[in-house]
Amino acid sequence: MAQAWAWWRRDERVRTWAGLAPALLIVAVLFGGALWSALRTSLGIGGLGASGPSLEAYQRLLADPEFWPSVALTAHVAVTSTVLSVVLGVAAALLLRRVTIGRRTLTTLFQFDLPIPHVIGAVAILLLLGQSGFVSRLTASLGLTDSPADFPALLFDPYAVGVIVQYVWKEVPFVGIVALSVLRATGRDLEAAAATLGASSWQRFRYVTLPVLLPGVLSTAIIVFAFAFGTFEVPLLLGASYPAVLPVLAHQRYTDVDLASRPEAMALAVLTTLIVVMVVLVGVALARRAVRQAGT
Amino acid sequence: MSELGTRPLLPGTPGLNRGGAPGHPAAGHAGSGRSSAVDTTPSDRSTDVEGPARRLAPTLWALLVVVLLLLPFLPLVLASFSRAYFHPQVLPETWSLRAWALVLAPGAGTWAALRDSVVVALAVTAVSLVVAIPAGRVLGTRRFRGRRAVEVLLLLPVLVPGIAVAIGLHVTFLRLGLAGSLPGVVLVHLVPATPYVVLLSAGVFANADLGLEAQARTLGARPWQVAWSVTRPLVAPGLAVAALFGFLVSWGQYATTLVVGGGRVVTLPILLFASAAGGDVAVTAATALVHAAPALALLVVTARVLGRGTATLGGER
Repeated sequence: MAQAWAWWRRDERVRTWAGLAPALLIVAVLFGGALWSALRTSLGIGGLGASGPSLEAYQRLLADPEFWPSVALTAHVAVTSTVLSVVLGVAAALLLRRVTIGRRTLTTLFQFDLPIPHVIGAVAILLLLGQSGFVSRLTASLGLTDSPADFPALLFDPYAVGVIVQYVWKEVPFVGIVALSVLRATGRDLEAAAATLGASSWQRFRYVTLPVLLPGVLSTAIIVFAFAFGTFEVPLLLGASYPAVLPVLAHQRYTDVDLASRPEAMALAVLTTLIVVMVVLVGVALARRAVRQAGT
Repeated sequence: MSELGTRPLLPGTPGLNRGGAPGHPAAGHAGSGRSSAVDTTPSDRSTDVEGPARRLAPTLWALLVVVLLLLPFLPLVLASFSRAYFHPQVLPETWSLRAWALVLAPGAGTWAALRDSVVVALAVTAVSLVVAIPAGRVLGTRRFRGRRAVEVLLLLPVLVPGIAVAIGLHVTFLRLGLAGSLPGVVLVHLVPATPYVVLLSAGVFANADLGLEAQARTLGARPWQVAWSVTRPLVAPGLAVAALFGFLVSWGQYATTLVVGGGRVVTLPILLFASAAGGDVAVTAATALVHAAPALALLVVTARVLGRGTATLGGER
C-alpha cells in the first residue's frame, strides 16, 4: 500500500493518465463503441440480417440513385453554410468593434442565438420564411406579392435555402464572437502602426487584420462545416424530401421496415463519419500551413 | 515536444489556452469596456472630423445585424399569442392566451417533457463535470506524450454527426435494454457533452493561477484544505460555465434522443418537433419559447457568475 502510494506520488505519467482515464473511458466506450458497432453491422457481421463479412451494403449504397445526389446536397449545405457564416461572422465582428454607442448591449444581443437549440431555430425559420410566413406577409402588405404562392419557395426547395439560412443565422454569432475575442486579444496596436506607416484601410485589413484572424477563423470554419454536415433536424423540418441529406438518409434507412436496409444505414453512418474526420484532419493541416505562411 | 503543451489542437482557437471556448457566452462581455482608450486608430480620428453621421454608421449597421438575428423570434412570439393568425395578417387580428394556457396547463405534455429534459441534462452535466475536473486539470496544466492524440480523441465526438453515433449505439442498447430509457439517452448525450466540458475545463485550469496551491502547501495547508480553500474558488466560476455548456449540449439534442429514446423518451426538442411537423402553429410557437427560455435564463445567470468570479479573482491576485 505504502509502495503504491509512493509510486503514485513519484510517477508523473501515472497521474497524468489516471486523471484522463475516466473521460477517455467514456469517449472510448460510448463513441468508440458506437462506431465499432456501426462498422460491424455495415459489414454484415452480427445483429439482425447478418450475412457474413462483406461489402455488400456499401455496394448497394453506391449503386443507389439517391446516394450521390444526397452527397452533393450535404456538401452544398455544409460548404455554403460555412462560407456564408465565416464571411458574415467576420464582417459582423469588424463592425461590432467599431460601434461607438451601446457596444456592450449590441455585443450581448449579438450572442442571443448561440444557446438556442437547432430545433427552435428551424421552427422559427419555418414561421419566418415559409410561403405564408412572416416575411411573405410583409411583402404582401407592401403590395409586392398577392398570394402566398407569389412568395419564392425558400423551404423544402432543391437548394436547401431554408436549411442554409438557419445555419447561417445560428453560426454567424459563433464565428463573430470567436473573431471578436481574437481581435480583442490582439488589440489595435498593429493596425495603428500600419496606418502610421501609410497603409490604406484595405491594406490594413489584408496584411494586418486578416492574418491575425486567420487561425481562429479557420478553426471555427472547420467546426461549422462539421456541424452543418451532420445536420439532421433542420433539413428534416425545412428541407425537401428527395434527395435527403446524408444524416436524414441514414435515419430513413435505419427506420425502414425492411431490416435489410440496416447495414446500409450503418454504411452511411460510417461514410459520414469518415468524411467529417477527413475534412477535419485536412482542414487542421491546411489551417496550420496557412498560419505558418501568414506568419512569414 | 516541448511546445506540445502550449499549442492548441486547432491553431488559433481561444479554446485550450485562453479559456474562452468557441462560442463562449461571456467572451463578448469579457473585455468590452477595456480597450476604449486604444480603440481610436488614426483613421478613426480622421472620420471624427467628417462628422457624426460617419461615426454612427458602424453602430447603425451593427444594429441592423442584431435586428436581423433577432427577427426570427418575432413570428414565434406573435404566433404564440394569436388565434387564427392567417396569411396576410402581419400582426394577429385576434390576440389570445389560448396556446399558452394549453402548453402550461397542469398535466400538459410540456411538463413531462420539461422534466425529462431537465433530468437528462442534469445527469449529463453531473457525469461530464465529474470526469472533466481531473481530465481538464491534466490537459490544462501538463505537458505529456500523446497529448495531441487525446485532444483529437476528445474533439471527434463533438464533430462527428450525432445520427451516426446514435444509430451505432442503438443497436447495442437494444440488446442491453437501454434503448427507450432515460439512462440510455443520458449515455448517448454524454458522447458530445463530455468532451465539450473537458475541453472547456482544460481552459479553466490553464488560466487559473495554480501556483497559489504550492504557496498554501508551503504554509502547511493539508491537501483537502488546498483543494477546498484555494483550488475551488479559483476554478469554480469557469467550471460553472463549462457545466452550463454541458447542460445546453444535452438540452438541444434531437437526433440522438429520437433514435435512442425511440419515441418513449419525450424531451422538449422531441415534443417541439412533433408539434411543428403537424400541429397547431400557436402551440408550436409557445412550446418553442418554453424550450428556449431556460437556455437564455441560464446564460444570463452564468454571465453574472462569471463576471463576479473573475472580479474576485482579480482582487485576490
